[in-house]
Amino acid sequence: MEEYKVLIVEDSPTMRQLIAFSLKRLKNIKIVEASDGVDGLKKLSQDSFNLIITDINMPVMDGLKLVSLIRKDAVYKAVPIFIITTEGGQEDKERAMALGANAYITKPISGPQVLEMVKSYLNIK
Amino acid sequence: MDKKEERDRNLFERAEEFLQVFKKGAEFTQELLKTNEQLRYRILQLEEEKRGAKSTPGAPDKQYEELAKQIEALKKEKEEIDGHIKEIESENKDFAQRYIEVEEENNNLANLYIASYQLHSTLDFKEVLQIILEIIINLIGAEEFGIFLLDEKTHELKIMASEGIDENQVPVINFGSGTIGRVAKGGEPYFMEDISDSLKLDWLNPIVAIPLKIKEHVIGVIVIYKLLQQKKNFTPLDHELFTLLAGHAATAIFSSKLYSESERKLSTIQGFIDLLTK
Repeated sequence: MEEYKVLIVEDSPTMRQLIAFSLKRLKNIKIVEASDGVDGLKKLSQDSFNLIITDINMPVMDGLKLVSLIRKDAVYKAVPIFIITTEGGQEDKERAMALGANAYITKPISGPQVLEMVKSYLNIK
Repeated sequence: MDKKEERDRNLFERAEEFLQVFKKGAEFTQELLKTNEQLRYRILQLEEEKRGAKSTPGAPDKQYEELAKQIEALKKEKEEIDGHIKEIESENKDFAQRYIEVEEENNNLANLYIASYQLHSTLDFKEVLQIILEIIINLIGAEEFGIFLLDEKTHELKIMASEGIDENQVPVINFGSGTIGRVAKGGEPYFMEDISDSLKLDWLNPIVAIPLKIKEHVIGVIVIYKLLQQKKNFTPLDHELFTLLAGHAATAIFSSKLYSESERKLSTIQGFIDLLTK
């Protein structure tokens, strides 16, 4: 069975755990956590991932900067990126999608909703 | 003599002719009898066919009746099956609805479990307050809110941590006074019925005030003034989750406060011991 690797970039440990907890319902999923954009880039250089989930408001490097840098990398050009954020404005969403995000989810999140979206992007039945 | 002979011969010839005619008549009669026999036989055949023909239309009638009965029975069966299908569809809808509800409950339980795990992962008072803020933003969906703690000596509620508001502008609240004070005194959570009513920030009239209780002892109140723009309202499950979270938050605050105080006391005592022994 194929193993799926998901990178969660989020400064809130509670939120990281919450997302990870929802995704762990899937079999063969490996979750790697990063606490900000720079940490996220470091983890991306050390391993290959099938999906990246990131927050926007984070210290050191925010999620939008991270998305734009990831999309410049040929290796991660086609990897799905989900944004999970408190920013619920339409402009924020459009900006994130323009930079290359695939999905924009606002907090508070619903675990089952995130799980379904991940399954859909990773083609897991 | 000649005349007699001639007459006899004529007579004979005529008799011959008559005989011939009679023979032909006999043959003709024989033929007529034969034809008559054939016709009679044919009549019998036709009568037979007629009888048969009369009885044949009866068979399709009977078959038709049987088929009609079968059709009726099948129609009835179809109606019953349709009824069953409708029942099953309705049950499916109920199950789907129930599944969604169970998933929501699971989600809330997971939230509660993770929040509680985080809250009890540290005994540092400031860290606990930070975790509570994080939980309220991420799990509840609040944008402007504060944590008020009760000063047992002055009986006042003072803001200790906040998000999205200027703490310097927040007044000290008397125990039992206003919405927040009443929640602290009564120990019952307050949820504004229609959140859209609260368009202007009013320090004394929040949209939500949840007591921080350890058993029946209130140590403070979590107060929300504004929700994130995408969070339009609270569901009954949110009420439940928020109240349960507040219970865990209260225990974590109380434990970390006690620990900080005992740490402070311990370090003071250690200082005295060091002074006395050196």
